[in-house]
Amino acid sequence: MAAPILELKNVTKIYGSNVIFKNISFSVKEGDAIVIIGPSGTGKSTLLRCINLLTPLTSGEVYLDGHEVNVKGKNEDEVRQHIGMVFQNFLLFNHLTALDNVVLGLTKVKGMKQEQAIEKGRHELKRVGLADRAEHYPGQLSGGQQQRVAIARALAMDPRVMLFDEPTSALDPELIGEVLSVMESLARENMTMLVVTHEMGFAREVADRIIFMEKGSIVEEGSPDQLFRHAKSERTREFLGKIGDLYGKKEGAKKKK
Amino acid sequence: MLKGTILTLELTAVGIGMGLILGLAAALARVYGGKWARWISIGYIELFRGTPILVQLFLVYYGLPGIGITLDRLTSAFLALGLNSGAYQAEYLRGAFLAVGEEQMMAGRAVGMSRWKTIRYVILPQALRLAIPSWANEPVALLKSTAVAFLIAVPDLMTKAKAIAVQTYDPIGAYLAAAVLYLVMVFLLDQFLKWVERTTRIPGLEIEGKKA
Repeated sequence: MAAPILELKNVTKIYGSNVIFKNISFSVKEGDAIVIIGPSGTGKSTLLRCINLLTPLTSGEVYLDGHEVNVKGKNEDEVRQHIGMVFQNFLLFNHLTALDNVVLGLTKVKGMKQEQAIEKGRHELKRVGLADRAEHYPGQLSGGQQQRVAIARALAMDPRVMLFDEPTSALDPELIGEVLSVMESLARENMTMLVVTHEMGFAREVADRIIFMEKGSIVEEGSPDQLFRHAKSERTREFLGKIGDLYGKKEGAKKKK
Repeated sequence: MLKGTILTLELTAVGIGMGLILGLAAALARVYGGKWARWISIGYIELFRGTPILVQLFLVYYGLPGIGITLDRLTSAFLALGLNSGAYQAEYLRGAFLAVGEEQMMAGRAVGMSRWKTIRYVILPQALRLAIPSWANEPVALLKSTAVAFLIAVPDLMTKAKAIAVQTYDPIGAYLAAAVLYLVMVFLLDQFLKWVERTTRIPGLEIEGKKA
């Protein structure tokens, strides 16, 4: 069996006396789509930021392709190149067109030549269905389009794994679908993904494994079928029931379209 | 009087140019620098914003020779105006850096860029654009402040006006002419700055915009 692309061992994050998460361990194999669900404020987003070294861990180990990444002296920029990150509020570079957003990392980080980078940039924009928006600035794009550009920007770096931090939470309901379908097609192409989301429909259909986190710990993990139908923990059933009520209507409405 | 006008423009241009370099360095140090860089920057900004420009000019021209640095009149004026303007420009730029925000830094780092590369390619291009509307006050203010150079006998517009007033016994005419020339320069400078602001504008990138 191949070594996991990403492995977390007992990672813990404590701010002052506030435990954000504690002793989280799991691994992500090549081609896996793993979805993390759980109530707000359980440290899911912080966990993603720690994996990407944007926030330092208090303790524990993170391995990318078998190499520990959060050790002193490790080149963080080098690590981040191999981890794609998509943020809740897109965080596009506001002064650059969609195309230049994708191209910047290619030329400044990967050292690619301008023409080559533009070609790759256009290819990545096409992948997210935005070839015709290449020359638009973020301010001229809808939220859904901005998020797709952000996905293209991350994909362009050819990351080993993509992290999604609630990628649809800041979007109007009618724009969520276009972002989710880009993510679904990535999963079909066997991109390795770790997704924090409240979109249960997406979790159910796309996830290879779902991790349910609450109060900084993993309560339960398993296949979508296990969690949605045969959850062992009472808490998991309760959460999925509640969120199903909340989001069920919206997703039902979306499918009718 | 034409020569004086040209010298006044030179004083303004050099002051703004030197001030921009100093101000940029001070603002970067204050927002992104370590503890020492931050303190040095704060000290510089507060010192030059907190004292009259005339005192600064006299310290440079009459004070520096006391510690063995003797500068001619024009160099003293350039230096004092540049140092003074740098402190003000640092504050305008600092505000713009803060307006761009930490999130853009995070986005840059997430792509794999270093801190410095993110500042250079992501933060700075946005901050400079955001700074323009408020920063544009500084060249206009400095243009008028250059008149202090008169007091160390730099032959600028003010000095020339005074000379003509004495020669012609017509102070009203001479100083009115100077006033009109200052006014015209300020007007043209204003138009130029507005033009710069328009041509560098990027849709959706503005301070009160829906950026966040």
